[in-house]
Amino acid sequence: MNAPPDTLVIGGGLHGLSAALNLARAGRHVTLVERSWLGRHASGATAAGVRTLNRDPAEIPISLESMEMWRRIERIVGGDCGFHADGQLNVAERQGDVAKLERRLAAMRRAGYTHEELIGRDELLRLVPALSPHCAAALVARNDGAADPHKTLTAFRRAAEAAGVAILEGTSVRAVERKGENWVVRTSARDIAVPVIVNAAGAWAGRVAAMVGDDIPLGVKASMMIVTERIAPLLKPVVSVVGRPLSFKQSGQGTLVIGGGLQGSADIDTQRSTVNFRELAKGARAAHDLFPAIGPVRIVRTWAGIEAKTDDLLPVIGASPNAPGVFHAFGYSGHGFQLVPVVGAIVADLVVRGGTNRNIAGLAPERLMNRQEAA
Amino acid sequence: MSRNVDLLIIGAGPAGMSAAVTARRHGLDVLVVDEQPAPGGQIWRNVETMAATARGRLLGAAYAEGAGAVTRFRASGAAYEPGTQVWQVEPGPRAYMTRQGATSLVEARCLLLATGAQERPVPFEGWTLPGVLTVGAAQILLKSSGQIPDVPVWIAGNGPLPLLYATQLLKVGGRIAGFLDTTPPDRRRAASRMFPGAVLGAPGDIAKGLVWMATLRRAGVKIVRGVTDIEAIGGQAIERIRYRIASGDDVTVPAQTLLVHEGIVPTIHPTLALGCAHRWDAAQICFAPQLDEWGETSQQDIFVAGDGAGIGGATAAGLRGEIVAIRIAARLGRLSEGQAAASARPARGKLRRALISRPFLDALCGPRHAVLVPNDRTLACRCEEVTVSEIRAQVAYGRPGPNQVKAFTRAGMGPCQGRQCAYTVASILAEAEGRAVPDLGLYRARPPFKPLTIGELAALDETSEAA
Ligand SMILES: Cc1cc2nc3c(=O)[nH]c(=O)nc-3n(C[C@H](O)[C@H](O)[C@H](O)COP(=O)(O)OP(=O)(O)OC[C@H]3O[C@@H](n4cnc5c(N)ncnc54)[C@H](O)[C@@H]3O)c2cc1C
Repeated sequence: MNAPPDTLVIGGGLHGLSAALNLARAGRHVTLVERSWLGRHASGATAAGVRTLNRDPAEIPISLESMEMWRRIERIVGGDCGFHADGQLNVAERQGDVAKLERRLAAMRRAGYTHEELIGRDELLRLVPALSPHCAAALVARNDGAADPHKTLTAFRRAAEAAGVAILEGTSVRAVERKGENWVVRTSARDIAVPVIVNAAGAWAGRVAAMVGDDIPLGVKASMMIVTERIAPLLKPVVSVVGRPLSFKQSGQGTLVIGGGLQGSADIDTQRSTVNFRELAKGARAAHDLFPAIGPVRIVRTWAGIEAKTDDLLPVIGASPNAPGVFHAFGYSGHGFQLVPVVGAIVADLVVRGGTNRNIAGLAPERLMNRQEAA
Repeated sequence: MSRNVDLLIIGAGPAGMSAAVTARRHGLDVLVVDEQPAPGGQIWRNVETMAATARGRLLGAAYAEGAGAVTRFRASGAAYEPGTQVWQVEPGPRAYMTRQGATSLVEARCLLLATGAQERPVPFEGWTLPGVLTVGAAQILLKSSGQIPDVPVWIAGNGPLPLLYATQLLKVGGRIAGFLDTTPPDRRRAASRMFPGAVLGAPGDIAKGLVWMATLRRAGVKIVRGVTDIEAIGGQAIERIRYRIASGDDVTVPAQTLLVHEGIVPTIHPTLALGCAHRWDAAQICFAPQLDEWGETSQQDIFVAGDGAGIGGATAAGLRGEIVAIRIAARLGRLSEGQAAASARPARGKLRRALISRPFLDALCGPRHAVLVPNDRTLACRCEEVTVSEIRAQVAYGRPGPNQVKAFTRAGMGPCQGRQCAYTVASILAEAEGRAVPDLGLYRARPPFKPLTIGELAALDETSEAA
């Protein structure tokens, strides 16, 4: 705590916390700065689905390892994350959609993966009796599940603090300058000189990258969510649908949590997001079609969470090609919650050992960078 | 379904109705929506039906005045859709609403929020027990269905409403077990200095208060002054009340119904949802939208009139509605700037007079400290059952604001959308962190701000997706 920091993590979302935790446990002196408060953005707004199902092949190796970590998450962080492994299902409503699932399954099998499985209508309705009987089949990952974002944030925060991470909330990074072997990070509170920086600034990570000379173009997502009043137990797994914007589950509190990537709008400068009800109605429609009984359930609140989106919808994980001692971990494009445990470990590998055995070949920053800059 | 109008007015109380009448006089195409089944707002709730009845006549002259206002509104030619829940408003301006199960969108050239006030939440130990309700809720039952509690009620609180309700209740044959006046002694002293001004400026208002007091005394109602530390005690429902009297002694009495009230605060969910700027009103201890002298918010073409603009009472509300409507008529080209200024002048004069006794009432009627920051055992958020001490414990994590505390304790996440705990949480944090409530702010508004079902939202989806 008293030693001056040798590592600065920028961003107090779950990825910043997980990196800070792993780095501190590996012996680094870590300070984490967060502009607002921990979990203010994507990590607090998230649906918190823990999903390997339907992942891009480039992410599957680390996603499967992360799944192993989720299974023992309480031991890793020493606290409850509200994680339940009741499975995730991608439902096909029509016969034509079943063919899509079959093609996906065949591709997975060819690549040697067995975590996804195709089930017919009977097994589907056995797993989710509340589902409308018009549904035909589903792809299922039985070990997938969901967690509670705020319990997860609290557990990671406590673990990181116990490991010696100094957390500065209400502190934003304004500029970064090179001075000798160090980076001098100018924050709203004070200057912090460190040899190592981890950029986990979420939707704002492109700006932080630019401060050290990396030009990584980023888009913005403003994914919308609906939460209802608490109702009696309706379903356990997380359900999504082929060809429709829906992700549907019931939280530990009994509320229905409905997402699926429908977009509101976001203003990166003011850090504000706005819900678009005409769009959101499509999600309500999809949910209502799949679960006809929920028509009268009252919506309690809606929101849109702000997150970075990359061109190929894959995250950026790796060392900066330009700036020595700078490591990027952002751009999760709407599916980074599940990756939180493993990416923290990867960042610690990269910082402490200078490399990792984990397969992040497809996630390097260079792939998105402006050619001249990267050269 | 989507519609266009010149002026959409949300709320058919004194402010909304008077704005509608004025706007119609200038030829605007006006739509008025309200969640109640009939016009009149809180003060004149159900006046069309009640005013003519024997019981209605007993509710007093101010109530009877409403009949005329409603008649003028009905004759104005404004489209009126009662039973409508507006659940989201956006800059545009546009509003989403649901009526008889149908969901629709209204695009308006100007929007007037005349949504009034809500009772300030009064959290104390036992406030969630059945049998404890607000004076406002009891008065709604009296006005809308003539319901009189069948047991003697305890009334605890301060401000005009408990007194008014108590006299109304006595007149219609209800019984009062006791009246616990919670006005803090220091407020009484501060207000007494303004008393002469208020008497001279608004003798009617002051006389009303004195008459109500005298009515209670004459009826032999037990009145206890300077009451603090109220607690409702019971198993399945309230059985007893414990309260502290000025001497410092605790008194316990049997009770089946306890009605509480500690003043009203502007309804700001709609203006928060719109992202309008708000100001802190130190005299009324609440936030109110920041308005120009015409009632326009920081968002162009979006206006507020009535108690939603700051508590001022029914007369002021009607006048503010008139002034706003004149401005809107000018905005839409029906009047020049000069004509608007001239035609608003009489209403402005009357408004000044209507507000003369406000400083006195504000000084007298503020809540005591424990209403804002209750003791540790009290439930701050009744929907999610979060206690004051759980909120306070969050202060260990930095200097959290209400949104952070909401995320980590779930306070404010329930169906009431934080209406019942926003001020409590902000006040607890402000005190614990040595900050001021206006610096902390309230919860960010997360739509919808009125209940909306999945089925109703789904009905808004027009992209026909035949399965
Ligand atoms: C609505 C929604 C639903 C989702 N559902 C799922 C799901 O079901 N499953 C799944 O796996 N993923 C899901 N995701 C994605 C997942 O939540 C995110 O990928 C993940 O939370 C990203 O974490 P983060 O730490 O990178 O970003 P964030 O949590 O956004 O953290 C970044 C932090 O950096 C801070 N910051 C930015 N700039 C600065 C600066 N200059 N100085 C200091 N601090 C700064 C920000 O304030 C912010 O707190 C969802 C996302 C959203 C929005």
